Amino acid sequence: MDSYLLIPFLPLAAFFINIIFGRTLIKDKAHWVSILAVFGSWVVSMMAVAEVLQGKTVNADLYTWITSGGFKVSVGFLIDQLTSVMLVVVTTCSTLIHIYSAGYMHGDKGYYRFFSYLSLFTFSMLMLVTANNFLQLYFGWEAVGLCSYFLIGFWYEKKSASDAGKKAFIVNRFGDFGFGIGVIMIFLTFGTLHYIPIFGAVNGMVGQTVDFLGMQVDLPTLIALLLFCGAVGKSAQIPLHVWLPDAMEGPTPVSALIHAATMVTAGVFMVARCNPIFSLSPVAMDVVAIVGAVTALFAATIGLVQNDIKRIIAYSTVSQLGYMFLACGVGAYGAGIFHLYTHAFFKALLFLCAGSVMHAMAGELDLQKMGGLKKYMPWTYLTMFVASLSIAGVPGLAGFFSKDEILWLAYSGPSPVGKLVWAIGTIVAFLTAFYSFRLIFLTFHGKFRGSHEQEHHLHESPKVMTIPLMILCVGAIASGWVGIPSLLGGGAHFTEFMKPVLGHLEGHGTHAEEWMVMAISVVAGLSGIGLAAFVYLREGDLAATVTQKFRFVHQVLWNKYYVDELYDFIIVRPTIWIAKNVIVGVTDGKIIEGIVNGVPELIGRFSLWLRSIQTGMVHQYAAVMAIGAFVVIAMVLLW
Amino acid sequence: MLAEGIFIYLAAAITILSVLVITRKNPVHSVITMLVLFFHIAALYVTLNAEFLAAVQVIVYAGAILVLFLFVILLLNLKEEAVARRYVGPWPLGLMAAVGLFLAIIVSLDSFVAGPKGAFTTEVIKAETNTKALGKILFTEYLYPFEVVSIVLLVAIIGAIVLAKKRLRS
Amino acid sequence: MIPLHWYLWLSAVVFMVGVAGFLMRRNIIIMFMSIELMLNAVNISLVSFSRYLDDMRGQILVFFIIAVAAAEAAIGLGIIIALFRNKVTAHVDEANEMKG
Repeated sequence: MDSYLLIPFLPLAAFFINIIFGRTLIKDKAHWVSILAVFGSWVVSMMAVAEVLQGKTVNADLYTWITSGGFKVSVGFLIDQLTSVMLVVVTTCSTLIHIYSAGYMHGDKGYYRFFSYLSLFTFSMLMLVTANNFLQLYFGWEAVGLCSYFLIGFWYEKKSASDAGKKAFIVNRFGDFGFGIGVIMIFLTFGTLHYIPIFGAVNGMVGQTVDFLGMQVDLPTLIALLLFCGAVGKSAQIPLHVWLPDAMEGPTPVSALIHAATMVTAGVFMVARCNPIFSLSPVAMDVVAIVGAVTALFAATIGLVQNDIKRIIAYSTVSQLGYMFLACGVGAYGAGIFHLYTHAFFKALLFLCAGSVMHAMAGELDLQKMGGLKKYMPWTYLTMFVASLSIAGVPGLAGFFSKDEILWLAYSGPSPVGKLVWAIGTIVAFLTAFYSFRLIFLTFHGKFRGSHEQEHHLHESPKVMTIPLMILCVGAIASGWVGIPSLLGGGAHFTEFMKPVLGHLEGHGTHAEEWMVMAISVVAGLSGIGLAAFVYLREGDLAATVTQKFRFVHQVLWNKYYVDELYDFIIVRPTIWIAKNVIVGVTDGKIIEGIVNGVPELIGRFSLWLRSIQTGMVHQYAAVMAIGAFVVIAMVLLW
Repeated sequence: MLAEGIFIYLAAAITILSVLVITRKNPVHSVITMLVLFFHIAALYVTLNAEFLAAVQVIVYAGAILVLFLFVILLLNLKEEAVARRYVGPWPLGLMAAVGLFLAIIVSLDSFVAGPKGAFTTEVIKAETNTKALGKILFTEYLYPFEVVSIVLLVAIIGAIVLAKKRLRS
Repeated sequence: MIPLHWYLWLSAVVFMVGVAGFLMRRNIIIMFMSIELMLNAVNISLVSFSRYLDDMRGQILVFFIIAVAAAEAAIGLGIIIALFRNKVTAHVDEANEMKG
């Protein structure tokens, strides 16, 4: 048990070493500290996973953090099936991305800073997933948000980067506000914040209502929706998805680790972790499913038309996160976590490949200026192609199994919105395949469309970058094999494994239906790839023609449904107006400044007046003395 | 009857002379008036059987302190004093304060209660002489204060030199 | 025998004159003399107490007062010289450097 402590605290130690000694002593050796720490963490995690695979779970408090009356919180670890999956995802991706970063960030002047933040992030994420109580979860939740802010704004000299960091942080406030209230509601209801006692007692909550904003609300629904608020913010679901595409201002390894593989999936993890609460509320479940499905569709459609290579992958991430929520919403938590697990590999891989392309293109992000990179960077091409196949759901690859499981359980499960979200999911599968391969074809095929200097500069990335790509590529292919459905002769080991924590959702349908669902999703994926090939591999300007024809649709998608503009109009501008005119003008300018300046002003004036007593004239002092003596004698006589 | 007559004369002279001291325009006149005043006070001490103090009054006050005053006045050569205003602007206020204080003291005199009598009756002092009696107490019971006074005087001497000395530089 | 109160009255009168002189005059030398007047007023009452209470302590105190008055006069006149050297005046209402 004690060795499990090393899992989060090795990266924390690396953070402290790098942040303290990085600038003066370690400098460009900073990656060694962080990589060794996170690798050690990975090794211990694997040992923990091996223990869990043998059925030994751990739930232990290490240290009592806060005791205040009935409020007792401790730092403790819960290592069970769900945590072990998250440990695999987090430590594996983290290790590989640390290694990749050593190449990608080479020569950056904030090198040590980058690695210390990355280590801090790894620590926070591990605290989040290993927590055995809600407050520690919340701590990790906020800490990863903080690291995300640091790393999005890593190149803070760039205005867009620091703005994006602020945006991510502020948008997350909205979600975390709800999440915080949710945690408080849980404490008020159960009197504790530890998972195990809470999940053991959730059934007592059924039928309870609570007065919320003057309405009688079903308690489980309220708590579940408040928790989901946090998940919506962290996992960039509608309506709080706006920060994730902007977060691409950060360095690409950050996008891969934080904004694709790990942090943004924390919302899914949290929903899955709280599945006993969510399962009590059909309303909340349907909300989760619908939000997930709508986000998946919404983000996928935006992804169709974007030209920024990282933003396309970012929308793809939002879309896939929607998929995971869709799964959770129909009750298929195991499938959702399964998709989280496979997605981490192929999405991290996609980002790292994009980083490799940017590396070759000297930071160029515009697809329209790429093309034909296949022959310059074969390894990047190969691995990215595999990742795209995986995300498109080509049979045999990781993405196929998890996506298929989600779609099947959505179709066959008991959820009332199941059929609807299945339909949306299938469409999204088609769109995903299309835009993923649009990206591939525009980047790697055809003729190079950039400038001559760029063409001259093109090269394959160094080994320190390509080797993590290959390892992740193996993951993108094989990570799904642990969950091959019984229909295809597998044992569905993954969902079986997760059963103690997440329960097991049985699909009710015939084998024929299951085959049909699988066939439809495969056909959707393949036809997406085919359509992309048809449009972008042929010579000619079919894409431009279609754009011309559906100019309005293209404009809407190109501008991301104008959500940013809407928020700017209804939230940002009024907030700034109030800040400027009410807070600065009245509260701060008049009231606070009035008090702060008024009191000294008053004292100053009083002192000026009082000063006139001190004339420097000996006579007056003596007269005062004489009068004083007179008064003293008079008082003695009269009393 | 004779004693009362002497006291009345001395009291009247002291009062008038003290008023004259504070009202003379020329400080030299004030000092001269004060000299006469001090002789009268010395005489008053004699009527109170304090011959030694009477002598000290004449020697120290009249002989030393007043000479010092006179010396300073002449040293400073206050020519403009003859034309300058004598009193400060709000002098009635000062006068009122002084009179008020006087009244307060007079009123409080009624509540004065004499303490227990000491051993030095007139007869004892006559037998021993005033100076000897004073000296005995001064050098036994009040030896330490006496020594402290010597230090005070020493400090005063040094202080007066430091203050009055011309600056060597600037 | 003359009542004690007569002496005390005389002492009070002289003290009052001293206070009045101190508060009214501009000339710092006269003000100093006023202080001497006040000291002498106190001396008168102390000597008379000594006489009427058959106790020598009053005279001892007077002795000390005269010594301190001498010291005070020396210092005070030193200050006057220093003031005059700096301000070329003996009028205290022209020296108000300590004004707040």
